[in-house]
Amino acid sequence: MAFDYEQYLRPGKLPHIWCPGCGHGIVMKGLLRAIDTCGLEKNNTAIVSGIGCASRLPGYVDFNTLHTAHGRAAAFATGIKMAKPEMDVLVVGGDGDGVAIGGNHFIHACRRNIDMTYVLLNNYIYGMTGGQFSPCTPTWAKASTTPYGNPDPIFDVPKLAIGAGATFVARTTAFHATQIDKLIAAGLRHKGMAVIEVLDDCPTAYGRRNKFRSVVDMMKRLKEIAVPVKAAAHMTPEQLEGKVLTGILHQEERPEYCEQYQQVIARAQGA
Amino acid sequence: MSSPKVEIIENYCKGCSICVEFCPTNVFKMEGFVAKVVRPEACTKCMLCELRCPDFAVKVH
Repeated sequence: MAFDYEQYLRPGKLPHIWCPGCGHGIVMKGLLRAIDTCGLEKNNTAIVSGIGCASRLPGYVDFNTLHTAHGRAAAFATGIKMAKPEMDVLVVGGDGDGVAIGGNHFIHACRRNIDMTYVLLNNYIYGMTGGQFSPCTPTWAKASTTPYGNPDPIFDVPKLAIGAGATFVARTTAFHATQIDKLIAAGLRHKGMAVIEVLDDCPTAYGRRNKFRSVVDMMKRLKEIAVPVKAAAHMTPEQLEGKVLTGILHQEERPEYCEQYQQVIARAQGA
Repeated sequence: MSSPKVEIIENYCKGCSICVEFCPTNVFKMEGFVAKVVRPEACTKCMLCELRCPDFAVKVH
């Protein structure tokens, strides 16, 4: 049975602006299926984004949406959650937006363990602004600002999130379409900061500079590099060379920030 | 069971060819810059085309 995406889309907004073959559309569909699975109400859900290709996503969906300053999505989302703790808050953003320009906001949202779901679409590059390298651009890959190859090591987003204190961390790819909604749904159900990294393809800014002949080549690469965490447990370090782990990478229980803050209010009131 | 109906909304299709390449039964074919349904009878309703179409252009009923 075909899923009815129209019920969650703003009418007249399609076709979207993303390039042919850009995986952001696949992730948006997964996000909508996850929201449907969890039964989130439109009026009680806020989807927040910063700036970038991925951050255009909230413009297409019919929820309370906020398109904010570059990298500041997590900060705005924290504000919404603090003001209205009963709301379901999601953040959508790219790698440049989330862990470069917004790196500080990202790590502190993780540290506070505030109850939100951060979907980070990692396409390895700043797509919208002209293909500059981001902290997720693989070492020696080419970008418009690294024509001889990028010498920097990358941020491993799940490790960064776990290190900063996020209590639910998962990763999948745009190729693994059914896993996207399962992981986002698990993140939505989790009480606390949930970070879901979705490895994505950017055929326009990344693919054509890095010898990918087509979108299909990029999709096949995502399929090849992904290794489920359970399968990885039986693999040697040599076999895992160049692979990325997918699935739920980390989950723990820790006090949630809004609830902690209620205690501050109670103390201030002399309870 | 009636045979599945595979539909492509041409206004939305950007011709990325993901559906053509990943359909296990070769239901689709590129014609110019858009994908066309050429073998609807071969569809097994695995829904991979609809799941992976980034442009909301493929619908399987």
